[in-house]
Amino acid sequence: MPSTGPTQTSSRADRPRLAPHVRLTFDPARERHVLLTPESVTVLNGTAAAVLELCDGERTVADIVTVLLGRYDRVDGEDVRCLLDRLTARRWVELRRG
Amino acid sequence: MASSGVDRPFGLLAELTYGCPLHCPYCSNPVELASYRDELTTVEWQRVLAQARELGVLQLHLSGGEPLLRRDLAEIIRTAVELGLYTNLITSASGLTPRRAEELRAAGLDHVQISIQADEPALNDRIAGTPSFERKVAAARLVKELGWPLTLNVVLHRHNLDRIAGILALAEDLGADRIELANTQYYGWALRNRGALLPSRAQVERAEVVVRAARERLAGRMEIIYVLPDYHGRYPKPCMGGWGRRQLTVIPSGDVLPCPAAHTLPLPRANVRDHPLAWIWERSPAFQRFRGTDWMPEPCRSCERRELDFGGCRCQAFLLTGDAARTDPVCHLSPDHGIVADAVRAADDGPGPRDAPMSPRRPHATGRVGARA
Repeated sequence: MPSTGPTQTSSRADRPRLAPHVRLTFDPARERHVLLTPESVTVLNGTAAAVLELCDGERTVADIVTVLLGRYDRVDGEDVRCLLDRLTARRWVELRRG
Repeated sequence: MASSGVDRPFGLLAELTYGCPLHCPYCSNPVELASYRDELTTVEWQRVLAQARELGVLQLHLSGGEPLLRRDLAEIIRTAVELGLYTNLITSASGLTPRRAEELRAAGLDHVQISIQADEPALNDRIAGTPSFERKVAAARLVKELGWPLTLNVVLHRHNLDRIAGILALAEDLGADRIELANTQYYGWALRNRGALLPSRAQVERAEVVVRAARERLAGRMEIIYVLPDYHGRYPKPCMGGWGRRQLTVIPSGDVLPCPAAHTLPLPRANVRDHPLAWIWERSPAFQRFRGTDWMPEPCRSCERRELDFGGCRCQAFLLTGDAARTDPVCHLSPDHGIVADAVRAADDGPGPRDAPMSPRRPHATGRVGARA
C-alpha cells in the first residue's frame, strides 16, 4: 500500500517509487535531469537524479544506498533518506512499506 | 541559460482557441475577439511545440477558451508527448465525453484540470452563464476513473468566496489530487465587472481561515493552492515569475506573449507565423521590454524586493494607470496605490454578493479553426 502521510519518514526497508503523475526525464536543452509534475519543473542535481533513477518500487532504500556506494566514493544514507522524505511530503515519491 | 544569456522557458501556455461555451464574468480573454479568429492550424501548432521543446520548454498547458473545441486536440497532444513534453489540459469539461476522454488518454495526456465555478449547481451555472455543473462533476469522476491525476480550478470572487468550505468538500468528494483556488485577476471582462466581483476584506479573511484549516486536515491527501487576492495584499505578485523568464503564451492567432493577458499592452506583435519561437523569446522587443530590472522606475528600482516580485504585473499597471512601465498599483509603495485602495474600500461598503450585477462574457461564434479549414 502506498501511503502518503505528511509526517511519514522513510526507513531502510521501504521501497520508494515515483508517484504515477510524476515523470523523471533528461532535458537535453539544459543537460540536466528534471522532475516534472502537473504544475512544476524541478531541475535536479546529479545526486538527486541518481537516487530517483533507482526508485522503481522494488529496490529498498538500503538497496539504493548500496548501488550508489558502488558508483561514488562517498554516499551518506542519511542524505538519501532526507531527499526521499522531502519528495514524499510533496507526494512526488510514494513509499511501499518493506 | 541559452547561448543568448537569456533564461530558458519551462512552460508554454497554448491557448488553442478563444471559443468557449461558458460566459464567465471574470474571463481574462480579450474583450474584443474579432481579430483572433484566424487560428493556427494543426501543423502550425505542431511546429510551435517542436520549437518550444528545443528552446527548453518541458510543460505544455493546453487552454483557451475551451481547448476541447479543437477537434485536432488529440493530434496536438500526441505530438507534444512524442517531443517529451508533460501535457496538462485546462478545461471547462464541456465536451469531455467518455469517448473524447479515452481518445486523449490514448494520445498520452498527463493531467487534467477542470474549472468549477461553485459547489452547487444553481450558483455554478449562474456564474458560468450556462448549465454546466452536472457535466463538470461527471467529467471529474471520469478523469479519476481513467487514472489521471485531477486538479480542480476555481476562480474566487465576491459571489463564491463564502462557499469555499463547500468547494473544498466537493473537491474531496471527487477525489481531486489538487485544487487551485485563485482569486480573480482583474483584466479583460473581470476588470469591467470589478465592482461586482471584488470581495470585501471580511470575506477574504474568512476564506483564509477556512483554507488554513483544510490544508492541515487534508495534508498528504489533497494539495491546496490558494492564490491570494493581490488587491488585498501589501505587495504585488511576481507575475509569471518574471517577464520572459520562465513561461510564454501562444494565443490562438499565433501571437506570442510573456503572459496571457499581455494582449492588452501596447507592444509590438511577435507571431509564430513570422518568426521562430527562439527569436521571439530571446530577441523580440515584446519579450525584451520588461525583462530583468533595468526598465524599472522608482520605487521598484531601489526596492529590495525587486527580484522577488519583479515590479508586479505589467498588465495591471497599464490597465489601472495607462502606463505599463509603472509599479503595479497593488503594491502599497506605489504612488498609484490609491486606485486600488479606493476599489477595496468600495467593495467593503458595497452591496452583498447577491445584489451585485455582473455582465457575462458575450457569446461569440468560434472562428475559423485550422483543423477544420
